[in-house]
Amino acid sequence: MKQLVFLSGKGGTGKTVVAAAFAHLAAEGAPRLRAVLADADVDAANLDLVLGPRPLEAHDFVSGAVATIDAQLCRGCGVCYAVCRFAAVLPPADGRTAYAVDPIACEGCAACVYQCPEAAIQMTPQLAGRWFRSDSRYGPLFHASLRPAQENSGKLVTLVKQQARLLALDDGCDVVLVDGPPGIGCPAISAISGADLALIVAEPTAAGIHDMARVLEMTAHFRVTALVCINKADIYPEAAAQIEAYCRAEGVALVGRIPFDTAVTEALVHGQPVTAYRPAAPAALALAEVWRRVADRLVEDAAKGERS
Amino acid sequence: MAAGAAEARGGATPPLRIAVASGKGGTGKTTVAVSLALSLAADAQGLPPAFLDCDVEGPNAHLFLRPNFERREDVAIQIPRVDAAKCTACGRCAEVCQYHAIVVLGRRTLVFPQLCHGCGSCTLVCPEDAISEEPHVIGVLEAGAAAGDIPFARGVLNVGEPMAVPIIRQLKQWGLAAHSAAGRTAILDAPPGASCPVVETVRGADYLLFVTEPTPFGLHDLRLAADVAAELGIPAGVVINRDGIGDAAVDAFCADAGLPVLLRIPFERAIAEGVAQGRTLVEIHPEYAPRLRSLFAAIVEQAARPAARKGDSG
Amino acid sequence: MKLIITATAPGLEAPVDPRFGRGAYFVVVDTDTMQWQAHKNEAVNAAGGAGTQAAQFVAQQAAGAVISGDFGPNAYIALAAGEVKMYLLGASQTVSEAVANYVGGKLQEVRAPTGAGHHGGRGG
Repeated sequence: MKQLVFLSGKGGTGKTVVAAAFAHLAAEGAPRLRAVLADADVDAANLDLVLGPRPLEAHDFVSGAVATIDAQLCRGCGVCYAVCRFAAVLPPADGRTAYAVDPIACEGCAACVYQCPEAAIQMTPQLAGRWFRSDSRYGPLFHASLRPAQENSGKLVTLVKQQARLLALDDGCDVVLVDGPPGIGCPAISAISGADLALIVAEPTAAGIHDMARVLEMTAHFRVTALVCINKADIYPEAAAQIEAYCRAEGVALVGRIPFDTAVTEALVHGQPVTAYRPAAPAALALAEVWRRVADRLVEDAAKGERS
Repeated sequence: MAAGAAEARGGATPPLRIAVASGKGGTGKTTVAVSLALSLAADAQGLPPAFLDCDVEGPNAHLFLRPNFERREDVAIQIPRVDAAKCTACGRCAEVCQYHAIVVLGRRTLVFPQLCHGCGSCTLVCPEDAISEEPHVIGVLEAGAAAGDIPFARGVLNVGEPMAVPIIRQLKQWGLAAHSAAGRTAILDAPPGASCPVVETVRGADYLLFVTEPTPFGLHDLRLAADVAAELGIPAGVVINRDGIGDAAVDAFCADAGLPVLLRIPFERAIAEGVAQGRTLVEIHPEYAPRLRSLFAAIVEQAARPAARKGDSG
Repeated sequence: MKLIITATAPGLEAPVDPRFGRGAYFVVVDTDTMQWQAHKNEAVNAAGGAGTQAAQFVAQQAAGAVISGDFGPNAYIALAAGEVKMYLLGASQTVSEAVANYVGGKLQEVRAPTGAGHHGGRGG
């Protein structure tokens, strides 16, 4: 079983479009692979919008305990305020003695809990979001939603991926397709951990190249093999050529160029992967080619893994 | 900041703090933010606005505003260092660490910098005073003058470091106070998403400008971003970018949610290509400068309306 | 000697769990007597640092070796510091198979982290 993660650094380069197409192609295209799908962009989960999932299970995601001060017990000594390094403890409002905690700023470190001489502070777990197991048109899908302004998306990413991985192991699936978040911070690191292969969806723009370089540094840092495909490759050919040159210089394999194609947005509006909505569209044909190359690579690596 | 800002403003233009956010990435947030900054800078009345690139995982605004960085500062968190001679391996530090970043194994106490949040709890509880702290650099802040005499500042998260929030927090302290005092409007380019780094960016903002695209993805993520605005009690408005590519559902949502649509930018290949080359909207189509100034005027008016605020700090 | 195997349920016939930090149970087996005791892994739902938390548990059990499917960098460093030997499950399907394979010298010893770890720590 292999884990393939889609990343981009920059948002909106078409990661989810590629992930959805791969989900479809794994189920109905060539080569066929048994896939479990995971939407690890829990900040803004979109994969379900094009896979038509039927929810089977929903679970609360309780995480990120925050400190709460019992106003009855607090005597206003201010030790909590002094030890908090996250500016999360609020001094008493006019005329009161009790300190309070801003739950959004609270980092959950509990330093104040251990220092409070009155034992007036407790850690209270927060309902940070929900996660779901669904049946989609193209196989099992694990996805999640984070409540607004909640922390700990990295942990929810880890959880969604773990669930997908366990099901894939139980069912003897070939691959887990992980639609990753943008950026290179906590959620992206969570998405890449344990991955066998990363497909970077790069966009040929000044910003796109900059962020692709950052995400390739990250994959190198965590020693995950990266492949690159260029989306909207024809929108600025010079930048596409720069991406190619960059990949050659860094020894990163380029596995395809997907042209700008209005069929992609049309498919989106119809809630379908472009490869299912209009298989003969230029972007769909290019995606089928990218899938073939990436899938061959996964199968090859799996065979190698068994031999060693 | 409200009281200080009111004193400093003196004239007609209050020093607003506008955060430009999107939920979904790649909707044109940075394009709109830098174009708004340049449009205001080109206006003879008033100081050029300050610009803060808070997308520390993927900072891009410098590609458009081309600042000359003149100041640099490391961002570090304080991580524990255990003095083996004093440590009795009592395990108290491991017990209080909520992140399991310090563990005691047999007679040894080990620190895992990548897991540490720098809260200092272990230092405080150690009965032997065996823990001191040392800085662990996780990123950098850079500032300098950019195009249009815009004071520009950004934060950059080091590759492999997970924690973006401390960088944004320090960037805001470092890059905003002086400008607010000087009466400058501040424009903050937020990261994509709707979780901690976004919240840290928009906390204390006077207005949230969402840039979205009229597709199911854009709509879905705009909803999430609008929830964050509501949670924090910040007034918000919307720019619809690539207008015409998808459907009308975003318009319907904005009408329902009472989010004013302040500007529409139609989908045009010329804009897409120009932005790809690192040009701003006002460089590609100068007629957007007065439109963006009108948008700013609308923001000034809407931000002045009283709104319930839960999260006014930072 | 004492061996620890990560498993999805308590017992000698329980299926093994390939995850070290986030495995459901630790089954502690005495290889001389085949007496066993199962401990629920408290780190399963840990906010972060499951690997280091689990390593600390293993070290406290004074086990000579631990058998699992995957040791991330933090778990690896912590276990190595606690002088606990690490072995991969290999073809073992159940706890008792893992013990038999260990006793028979069929398991591969881990001398470097085997995965990128399952980051669930800092940041948010």
